[in-house]
Amino acid sequence: MSVTSTKAAEGTKTAGEATGTKMPDIAAPRPASRQYLLWIVVLVLAIGLPWVAYDYEKARHSGFVLTMLSQMGMMIIFALSYNMLMGQAGLLSFGHAVFFGLGGYSTIHFLNAAGDGTLPVPMELIPVLSAAAGLGFGIVFGYMATKQRATAFAMITMGIGELIATAAMMFMSFFGGEGGVTANRMIDHSLFGLSYASSVQVYYLILVWTFLSGLAMLFLTRTPLGAMANATRDNFERAQFMGYDPRRVRFLQFALSGMFAGLAGGLYAITYEIVTFDATAGALSANAVLMVYIGGANAFFGPILGAALITLMQSGVSLMSNAWLVYVGVMFIAMVTFAPSGLAGMILAHGPILRAGRLGRLIVPYLRMLVPGLSLLIGFVFLVELSSFHTIGAAQGKTLALFGHTINTHVPTPWAIAVALFMVGVVWLRLEMRVFARVWDELTADLRERSL
Amino acid sequence: MEMIFISLLNGFVYGMLLFMLASGLTLIFSMMGVLNFAHASIYMLGAYFAFETSQAIGFWAALIVAPVLCAGVGAAIEIWGLRRAHHNGHIAELLFTFGLFFIFERGIQMTWGMLPVPYRVPELLDFPLFSMYGINFPAYRGFMLLIAGGMLLAIWLMLTRTRIGLIIQAALTHPNMVSSLGHNVPRVFTIVFAGGCFLAGLAGVIGGNYQSTEPGMAAALGPIVFVVVVFGGLGSLMGCFIASLVVGMVQTFAVIVDFSIGDALGGIASVIGTHNLLGEILAVPVSRIGPLLPFAMMVLILVLRPRGLMGTRDT
Repeated sequence: MSVTSTKAAEGTKTAGEATGTKMPDIAAPRPASRQYLLWIVVLVLAIGLPWVAYDYEKARHSGFVLTMLSQMGMMIIFALSYNMLMGQAGLLSFGHAVFFGLGGYSTIHFLNAAGDGTLPVPMELIPVLSAAAGLGFGIVFGYMATKQRATAFAMITMGIGELIATAAMMFMSFFGGEGGVTANRMIDHSLFGLSYASSVQVYYLILVWTFLSGLAMLFLTRTPLGAMANATRDNFERAQFMGYDPRRVRFLQFALSGMFAGLAGGLYAITYEIVTFDATAGALSANAVLMVYIGGANAFFGPILGAALITLMQSGVSLMSNAWLVYVGVMFIAMVTFAPSGLAGMILAHGPILRAGRLGRLIVPYLRMLVPGLSLLIGFVFLVELSSFHTIGAAQGKTLALFGHTINTHVPTPWAIAVALFMVGVVWLRLEMRVFARVWDELTADLRERSL
Repeated sequence: MEMIFISLLNGFVYGMLLFMLASGLTLIFSMMGVLNFAHASIYMLGAYFAFETSQAIGFWAALIVAPVLCAGVGAAIEIWGLRRAHHNGHIAELLFTFGLFFIFERGIQMTWGMLPVPYRVPELLDFPLFSMYGINFPAYRGFMLLIAGGMLLAIWLMLTRTRIGLIIQAALTHPNMVSSLGHNVPRVFTIVFAGGCFLAGLAGVIGGNYQSTEPGMAAALGPIVFVVVVFGGLGSLMGCFIASLVVGMVQTFAVIVDFSIGDALGGIASVIGTHNLLGEILAVPVSRIGPLLPFAMMVLILVLRPRGLMGTRDT
């Protein structure tokens, strides 16, 4: 998508901010009713999906689908909370998992206390406590981190992240050391008389909380605080001249973001009934950055898209492949170089063309890019998997199998095929991209003329 | 007493190793504003290149070949990668190097496997240099000091005595002015990036067999190097040098101090007990919280003095 990237690039350059997060707000106002309709469809899908995967013969739910959907729900909250920093306030944090993890650890202790009967809180409201814990930690760490902005902020959050992750391995009483802490979610105290023994009940609990916190975060973007967060992101000095203290804006945004991350961590604790230091570790923080960046930080729905996509890929790809991290790295680099406004930015760029009813003209160029694009993708994945199975897979005693055939990684043929697919894809795709760019430029120029 | 002296020497060696990594990163960070997450990955790459070269030719050849290869990799990253990402802002550049970190880590695992490779100290240097209080000081550590010292001298000469060095120095503090004066700043960037990667590669060659050459070495050392850079301050190699030694010493000495905060507080700590989080924090000896110290130092210095020890401007 060279077209979208160049457009975004111009926007970033003019922003001239030290962090450079500012990207053009391409979110064109769409008719509100249509937008609501889309959200209702998503909600209905989320409610119905467990029943699509339901095994009617054995009368039980698909565990894989439920786990994935639950994971998606908490990751959506987590990504949205991260976007309160990255997208809305222009603060790049490398330690967001701290709040997720600490929220999770606190929730485990809340659950244990509720199980003992010392904490008279029904299961449905336990996430409120998790959110409160997240808010508390957000206030403490936010007080330190939001003294600075830009790179210094990023480094402080990274330092805090490393501190907490290391501390989680070290201290037994709260974090349980390397083994983590466990709880039982069947606390026998529910507003609706549910036991939460089955994961489908937990899934609907997560769904409700995801929906509520999504709404809350959407509402926050429309409050004066949300507007001021955008203002300090775009022009920090002008926001100061207007009489606002950017530090206070950053602090409030950070604390609230910690609150929602804590809530997500709480849902994690309820689902898995165990929290280990992984929940605070750098890998999860990196995941937050990835989800938001791939989804697109400028549109509210971007992180939702990113979280759903990454979770889907993670639960699919990382089961089959050893090379998940390579794909993560490549996705980062590809998005940064070609589509810095993320998937949401790419989708929204089509908005004006759709409204002008000219989207049809793009179908053929898109289809023409599909073939070389697939060739490139398959070639690349094949190449990565070949090398992965050549060493790591071999060490684990696994072999690469495709359509039931075992592939020998020690002969040159599969390697040659992979390289050929990849190279042909690269060269051909570049040609097709040029065609696409021409059509795109024509369309946008045409639209501009019309609006004049 | 003897422990202190030995630890002082070990801390010095470790600090010099950190400096070899951090000096390149400081130059890159100060000039280009990019916090290069993949810098420690280049260090790791250097160690693996050195392992291969020392198997094929010998250790002395690896001392030249591996850093040069790393510099090549660095130049390629700068020209074909970072320059493109640069148009999309600082965050894009940062995330670009972040992505590189993952690719390097997994890529190296896929090439050389998950286990450490047998990259060993050359036999010529594998003898105790001197013995003190019954503890041997390996000659290889002396050799590391020699290399690091030589590198320090070379950087200093290059930065102060050559034309390109003067331009780099100027670009550290006033990059816009330098480009206004008609210098090719992108080319200077490439040179600095490749140079930083050369140093990281060299650190990999001599550090890979000092510690162990394994796929986790970048993730282990990377954050520490960030701490050094931030602690030393932007745009100051001197600050970076001091910070390297301080962090090296802190990490080495923390291991031998068997003393906890609770001991210092005396009776108050026993009131709190050891079965809650606060009591546990007070009771844990410094030797166990060693890994935490650099990060605590980094957070503190960023909060209290964001320009670092000797920095010329805020991080």
